[in-house]
Amino acid sequence: MTSALSVQDMLVTYDGFAALDHVSVEIPPGESFGIVGESGSGKSTLLRAVAGLATFDSGTLSVNGRPYGGKKRDKEFYRAVQMVFQDPYGSLHPRQTVDRLLLEPLVVHGFQDIDARIARALDEVGLGAGFRFRYSHQLSGGQRQRIAIARALIVEPKILLLDEPTSALDASIQAEILNLLEQARKDRNLTFVMVSHDLGVINHMCERLAVMKTGKIVETIPASALRNREFSADYTRQLLIASEGFSRTAS
Amino acid sequence: MKPLLTVEDLRVSFPTRTGLVEAVRGVSFTLGRERLGIVGESGSGKSQTGRAIMGLTPGHAKITAQKLAFGETDLLKASPKVRRDMRGRQIAMILQDPKYSLNPVMTIGKQIMETLRTHEKISSGAARDRAIAMLEAVQIRDAERVFKLYPHEVSGGMGQRAMIAMMLVCGPELLIADEPTSALDVTVQLEVLSILDKLVADRGMGLILVSHDLRLVSSFCDRVIVMYAGKIVEELPSADLANAKHPYTQGLLNCLPTLGTDRHPLPVLERKKEWAA
Repeated sequence: MTSALSVQDMLVTYDGFAALDHVSVEIPPGESFGIVGESGSGKSTLLRAVAGLATFDSGTLSVNGRPYGGKKRDKEFYRAVQMVFQDPYGSLHPRQTVDRLLLEPLVVHGFQDIDARIARALDEVGLGAGFRFRYSHQLSGGQRQRIAIARALIVEPKILLLDEPTSALDASIQAEILNLLEQARKDRNLTFVMVSHDLGVINHMCERLAVMKTGKIVETIPASALRNREFSADYTRQLLIASEGFSRTAS
Repeated sequence: MKPLLTVEDLRVSFPTRTGLVEAVRGVSFTLGRERLGIVGESGSGKSQTGRAIMGLTPGHAKITAQKLAFGETDLLKASPKVRRDMRGRQIAMILQDPKYSLNPVMTIGKQIMETLRTHEKISSGAARDRAIAMLEAVQIRDAERVFKLYPHEVSGGMGQRAMIAMMLVCGPELLIADEPTSALDVTVQLEVLSILDKLVADRGMGLILVSHDLRLVSSFCDRVIVMYAGKIVEELPSADLANAKHPYTQGLLNCLPTLGTDRHPLPVLERKKEWAA
């Protein structure tokens, strides 16, 4: 069986600094794969390189068995791979209505029955037609993130890249977005690659996870290993302590 | 013991084109030299409560209260000059993101000295020594070097420590921390919190921690106030959080995914109109 996403020996450098240092990941179709790591560990760079937002210098990338280079990608690629960003305030065009935001990917990919698709996409993320002609500044953070998810799902992708999709949101809104993502994955049989620093979220959403540090993958473990504490990386342990909240005795 | 801060029926409202928006609607609590957490979602009025105490509410907003007193001082009647003197010396505030709340064109050391020299008659040499001692107190290893750096040259965690140093250098009695760690890396969050915890305990200060993260607040504070739609829905000691009575508090606790539990889908927070009434 071919992997949904296969990254071999990927190298991304910025002015000689290796942000991504020969990283390899193999993700079978339908899996939800988590990436954790501290700031600067290269976890977002990995997502960006896969999405085509950062060029990689060497290594290979293939999606559903098709190889892609560091620079130009064809339309088919962007149809299959979509991304949701961390900051819902920064990722929507401030002067476009929700309707226009959702229209653009449909036009780019030459879809028919645009009107029905936009309506369906809004319904799917739980917003309804009332939101269709609003601007993003008229929406709350959670609603914006729903629009960003709708925009990603509207071209019917196979792989969704999620870069900390809930870390800019309130804890209470987080649950709603996570449920929405999980439902979408179940309905469409999507493959998720999810970056987060919250082990609780990764454990909830993912089956396997990779721990990154200084541009390398330190270890790849199943999510169940988190619960049973079967991991070796120091950073994973730190994250685990952090996810349990502040404790006076530990400090 | 006399309370440090008394808040009785505090209301903050903003006149807008579409009518009066009531952000805080009748909040009452007293604070001694303890750690109090205020939790709620965005828009619950938790930050505006903190800002009203600090005196940072925008000019067009309307603040009323039966009583809003810091020790013996009536904060509502105090002149702007008195409030200005209090800010930094008696009440201090730590904001969320050091990237936006530090002055970008002034070195960290200068900013700390500025606070000191605003409130105390002190020579620049002595102010410098105090600033460096304070930077060391927030566990910045190379304080002399960091003293000379600009905010953009330090990491988020370091910036937040510098901010704590700046706020505590005049020895305030009450510290309001509005989401002090939300902009930081998870592992750095705990470091910053433990520094804050130690300084607050050593100096016997009162602390109000404003956050949306109930788990964090409950592990850090002695007492927690839960706010919803501008009102306090529940107040309880952190230790009793598991026995919270109000469905909103229970919802806030339940909606977090944790290791060790496996719930699909996650329980979603309910918001009922009658809670806001």
